[in-house]
Parts: sequence; structure tokens; C-alpha cells
Amino acid sequence: MMRPSKPVGIIGYGVYIPRYRIAAREISRIWADGQGGVPVDAKSVPGPDEDTITMSIEAGRSALARAGVSAAQLSAVWVGSESHPYSVKPSGTIVAEALGTTPWVSTADWEFACKAGSEALTAGMGMVGSGMAEYVLAIGADTAQGRPGDALEYTAAAGAAALLVGPAEQALASIEATCSYVQDTPDFFRRADRAYPVHGNRFTGEPAYFGQIRHAATQLMNELGTKPADYTYAVFHQPNTRFPQTVGKQLGFSPEQIAQGLLAPKIGNTYSAAALLGLCAIFDVAKPGDTIFVTSYGSGSGSDAYALRVTDAITERRKRAPLTAAYLAREKFVDYAVYAKWRGKLVME
Amino acid sequence: MDLAKHWRQRAARYRLEGQRNPTSGAVRFPPEPGETDWQPFALSGQGTVYSFTVVRQPPAGLAEEAPYILAMVKLAEGPMITAQLTDCDPEQITIDLPVEMVTRRLRDLGPDGLLVYGYKFRPQIS
Amino acid sequence: MQPVYIIGSGQTAVAEHWDRTAGSLAAEALQAALGPIAKHRIQALYVANALGSALHVQSQLGAAIASATGLHGAEAVAFDAAGASGGVVLRQAYLAVASGVYDLVAVVGVEKVTDVLDARLEDGLALASDADWEAVHGSTLTAQWAMLMRRYMHQYGYDAIDFAPFPVNAHANGAANPKALYRFPITAEKVRSAGAIADPLSLLDSATVADGAAVVLVASAGIAHELGSPLVRIAGSAVATDALALHGRPDPLWLGAAARSAAGALGSAGLSTGDVQVLELTDPHGIAATLALEACGFAERGVGVQLAREGAITLTGATPLATGGGCKARGDTVGANGVFQLVELTRQLRGEAGKAQVNGARVALAQCLGGIGATAATHVLVAE
Repeated sequence: MMRPSKPVGIIGYGVYIPRYRIAAREISRIWADGQGGVPVDAKSVPGPDEDTITMSIEAGRSALARAGVSAAQLSAVWVGSESHPYSVKPSGTIVAEALGTTPWVSTADWEFACKAGSEALTAGMGMVGSGMAEYVLAIGADTAQGRPGDALEYTAAAGAAALLVGPAEQALASIEATCSYVQDTPDFFRRADRAYPVHGNRFTGEPAYFGQIRHAATQLMNELGTKPADYTYAVFHQPNTRFPQTVGKQLGFSPEQIAQGLLAPKIGNTYSAAALLGLCAIFDVAKPGDTIFVTSYGSGSGSDAYALRVTDAITERRKRAPLTAAYLAREKFVDYAVYAKWRGKLVME
Repeated sequence: MDLAKHWRQRAARYRLEGQRNPTSGAVRFPPEPGETDWQPFALSGQGTVYSFTVVRQPPAGLAEEAPYILAMVKLAEGPMITAQLTDCDPEQITIDLPVEMVTRRLRDLGPDGLLVYGYKFRPQIS
Repeated sequence: MQPVYIIGSGQTAVAEHWDRTAGSLAAEALQAALGPIAKHRIQALYVANALGSALHVQSQLGAAIASATGLHGAEAVAFDAAGASGGVVLRQAYLAVASGVYDLVAVVGVEKVTDVLDARLEDGLALASDADWEAVHGSTLTAQWAMLMRRYMHQYGYDAIDFAPFPVNAHANGAANPKALYRFPITAEKVRSAGAIADPLSLLDSATVADGAAVVLVASAGIAHELGSPLVRIAGSAVATDALALHGRPDPLWLGAAARSAAGALGSAGLSTGDVQVLELTDPHGIAATLALEACGFAERGVGVQLAREGAITLTGATPLATGGGCKARGDTVGANGVFQLVELTRQLRGEAGKAQVNGARVALAQCLGGIGATAATHVLVAE
């Protein structure tokens, strides 16, 4: 278990979900004759002018608005993603420039498959908790790619979540503690300069996703002396609808505890944003005193768990920027042809 | 590659930073270099549609984005600017519709070129 | 100031001249303009061209056209003011002759657009707008005219169909011009039912960009009287500019440079809009002609479009417009348009316009715009 010497918490949060969706049945129509089950109902699709940087900027702006701090007060702007638009040239500098944080700020891009965003969050806890920084903005964002026809294509989605870490006394939710569990696991990877990842099918479940999440979550609850029933809400990384439901049940959480943070059925797997977006959706409705248990997962692989407690500040602060529900509500469905055009699946040159 | 050309506009393009005259309170966008009595000023990003069209014959570099909506937007602080409208359909747009600024990818200058980011506008989200 | 005359004019067909160079087009137009005048008497060659450099067709077109037209060694220079280039160049020739420095200057408008494909051409044309604050956003001139049209319709309560008489009139006149790109009539119904090019602009309310060259010879009184042909005098000349970016103007529906240059040209000629019997404007779309008519003072604001609806712009109306087909039917030759305008008006003032002749035309006005009027050049021509 890790705990900073100074108590820290979330001061502001912001989300971004693109307007466009493709139904999983539409993908299945192309590749499977519409037969068989699908892992989600729909997934979000970034518009042709969107990427990890643009989504991070919007989520970051909302986090700043909710926190009520100025961009210049941020000591770090960190972007976790597996779909940074440049291989070499940081997303963070562009995001920081757009937020108005430059030039006196630390920026960096983080990569750890789907838990790059929570890596940045943990590091931000360290920065603020050590007294090095007052405020750190940790963002998880992705425009994930799946090979056409692959199981991942049904779920690989786009979204962003930004968490502004600051002193606990200013927080809308304090972070009690965290722990990280990692183990070299080749469940899912993408070699440098390849467009699409490969994955180990059932190997991605046990021992990867389920095993790592169980280890991290159990360890943190044990060390804190808590049990699942002590939490109002729980949210897990959500590569599809079933995985977070299953791991929640394995750990002893009820469907009611995970319902509010479970966005995957409607928007798919937003990768680095997934667990954090679920947390933000919980912030949208949580009451002061509520407790939240968060567990991320990143292939390769590892898991970060966090225990949070919501404060009185939530009620007023969540009104300062669009709620997750507003982004979910503006859905516009596109067909596979438009999706293929926008996602660069057509040969143009 | 036109790197400097895009780099020097980053504050205005990414975050709609214009200038304000501290004496008169006047706000202008785009910023004009070289005059010290005007100070950097971040515009709110709120505005209304002055007029708009759908571009169906795009210039080079925007073939994949077309058709797209181009608009002249009257900003809340007074200046008018030209920008694309995004995340909406032409049927949703009318003159005087309130819109808000978002930062999006304006141009992809090719596999060995820059990604150019900048302001677009969309109908207010909530 | 010496009086200045147009003593010769010539033009190529406006077309897709796949097999021709800019130089060859210019040479044909110059030959047609010279008539009995010996070529070696030309003391300077001023070239109007908007896209040679932008489309990588040719830079230093002054020297290039001098070589191509057999004027080796002559003073020659090209000017770019986008669609206003032709008028801007005429003004330079006018100043050179009026000052007494030169007696004979050739004004050559030439554009060669079919050497590149459409997307690159749109890109080149968009350079007439503000590269940093308009073109980067995917703005094109067509899109900007379309936005002005929508705003005009909103502000004054018109429909898109109200603008159709402009292209209908242009095509009716173009049908009589053997040099025009389109020599067939169209109907308002066809304009209405054609697809949108940039909503609410109809495909048939949009000019087609094409290749062509036009030449006028600008001369002093001495040379003009030598020839003894009907004399066309440049009675007024003015160039004005406006904010490069359309959004940077206090009222985008007001073409301020067009207004100032028209007032300047008419003022220096000692004439008013009521004296003008035939005119040429930058009219790639009905909205462009509408706003120019209002800026020049031929109509009050908000009623320019009615001049077309009421038939005033036809050959027998009060303000005959686009008698050679205008940008729409003659074809849009961008930087050369201003010189094509002068060729047409010279024909009118000499009574040589055939089926498109405006009876008794003695005073003509030519105005060309760069982009959406960031540059405007206006000239008043008088038959003597």
C-alpha cells in the first residue's frame, strides 16, 4: 500500500466522450454475418478531427473549471495513452499549451496500455503528497485501434478523463491509499510502428485481467482493513461489459455498486480512460461521505487500486462542467463505412 | 515543411488567446505582434454563428474531412473569426446559434509532417 | 497628367487549353490586340496573373511572357492581386502613360489553371484569403461567398432562387460570345435544381475556373490619334484595399474596397453611377455581383439582388452586366478576369459587340476584386 506523507485528493475532474458511436451489431454485420454475441452494445468513435490530444484538452479544461484553479497553478500535465498521435513529440506539451499552463510546468506522456492514466494519477499523488507540487493534472485518453474483424474491433473505443490532484483539504474526494501490482505478462501488445495490437484471446482473462485486478484490489482492501461492502461504489477497468462484472463478483462487489461506473456497454473500451471515466461518472452522482473503490488494469501487465472518500465539495463542483451523461446523450451512430473512413481503414494514397 | 508558421500561432490557435487593451478594454483577435500596450487575453470561447456553409469542394489536404461545415463566428467579446463547426450536422445550425470553442486537429500535413491543432466550434454541449 | 487610351484589345477563348502554355495564350491575345500596330513599339509589358507561382506553373511571368510574345528585352513585370490583378495592372499602365514616361504599354492578363488538379487549384485560389486565419480552416472563396449569401438572405429576407437571374443573364450573353467557356442559355429552374457546391450556393450559380489570356494596349493621345479608330479613354482609375480576412471587416456584407475604388474612379472621371451604361464586375456568383452593385452605388443595400430580378442587368436594362458572359459564362480566369472585362467593354464602346451590343453605350465601368474584395480595382471607360 502506498500513501503520501501529505493527504491528497481529487480537486477537479473532467471527461470527454466523442459524439459518434458504432453499434457492435454493425461490426458483426460486416464480419460475422450478424451472428453470435457481442461484447458491448456500442462503442464510441472519434470524429475525423479528434485524437488523444484533443480529447485530453477538453477533459483537462473541465477538470480545471471544476477545481477552480488557474492553469498556471498546475505543476504537471501528464497524459497517459497508448495512442499518442506522435511516436516522438509529447502530447503533454500540446495539451499544456492549450490549457494555458506553459511554460513553467512538467509535462510527460505515460504509456502502460490501459492503465497509463492511472500511472499518471499515482505519480501525481506522489508529487502533491511530497509537497513538490500543489496541483497535478493526470489524464487518461485513448483512440484505440482494433484490427478489422478482430474481437478488439468491437470494443476499441475513444474517450478521455482528467483528474486534478491536489491537497486533501481542497478535494472533492480524498484518496485514502493506492497500491500497484505488476507482473510481466504478454496478454496484449503492439510492436513499435504497427497499426494494430495482438492479444492472447482467453489468456487475457486469467491470469492477466482477472488475476492482476484481484491481487491489487484484495491487497489494498486488506491493508486498509476494509471489505467490498464498505464501499458505496466500485469501478474496474472495463474492456467489455462482462469482465468488470465478473471481477466485481469475484471480489464480492454487488451489481448495484458497479452499475454507475460501468460505461463499457454504451461506449466500449476507452483504454487509458476507462476506469477513470467510470470514476468520473460516479463523481457525477456521488454524495458527500460516499466511498469509491477504483481498480485499473493495463496489459503487459498490472493493476492500480485506489480507495476514495467523497467530500462536501462535490455537490457544487460537479456543476461547473458538463456531466458524463451529457456526453453519453449526444450519441450519433455511424455505419461501418463512415467508421472505416474516419479510422483510416481505407487506402487513400 | 512550414513549422514556424504554425508554431508561432499556438496560443491563439490552441486556446483562443487574443489581446486586450488595458486602457480601453477593447479585445481583439487574432493578436497582432509588436505592440506592447496590448496584453494577452484568453477569450471565453463563447460565440454565435454569423453565417455558415457546407464545403463540398475542399482544398488540398482536407479531402477526407469533406463535406465539412465552415462558419463565421461572432465571439462574445466582439471579434469575428472563421472556423469549422464540428460534432454537428448542417440541419442543426442556424444563424445566431450559440456555439463554443473546442480544440481539434485542423490539418494533418502527412506522415512526415506536423499535426496542426486549433480552434473549431460546436453547439453548446450542456 | 496625360490622357490615356485603350487602342487595342484581344483575347483567347476561355477554355481548358490542355495543350497550351501561359506564354502561348498570351502571344495569341497580344497578336489579336496589336492589329496594325508594330509590336516593337510596346515599351513595357505588364502581366496580370494570380496563380502562376501558387500552382507552380511559372514565376517571373513578366520575363516569361515577354520572351513568349517576342518582346525580348522589354521592361516586363507581373502583378498579383488575386482576382483584382487585371485591374491593378491596368492602373499601373495607366499611371505609366499618364505620367508621360511611356506612350504604349501592353497589359496582359493570363491564367493557366488546368495544369493542376482540382484540390490544388482550390488551395491556390484560397490563398487570396488570409492564409493564417481563414485558409488553414479549410475556407475557400466559394465557401466565403456562400456564407455571405446565406447571411444576406437572412438579413434581407431573400431565397437562393432570387439570385438565379444573375447566372441566367450571364449565360444568355455568353451564348453570343464565341470566346466564352459556356455558350448556352440556362433557366432559373435549372439553377434551382442543380446540386449545392457550398450551401446555399448552387453549382449553376458558380463560375468555372479556366485558362485564357486577354490583352489591352494602353497608349497616349499621340498614338491613339494615329490609329483613327473609335477612341476609348480611361476616364477614371482607382485601386483600394480592405482587411484581408473577411471576418476582420466591421460589416462583411459591405465590400468597402469596392465602394472606395468605385467612388474614386467615378469621381476622377467626373461621372456618377447614373452615367454608366454597361458594366463588368467580379461575378462568379450572384451574391458577388449583388454586393458589388451595392458597393458601387448602383443599388441601395439589401436591394442589389432586385436589379437582377427586375431585368435591369440585361442588355436592354438600366445597368447591363456581364455582356460577354461574365465570370459565370465567359469563364473565370482569376488574375486575367480584369483584362477580359476591359476587352469586353472596349468592344461595347466601339459598337463591336454584335448580338450582345448595348445600344449607344458611351460610358462603361469595370471592377475586379481580389478574393472577397480585399483588393478592388475600378476603371471608368468613355467612348470619344
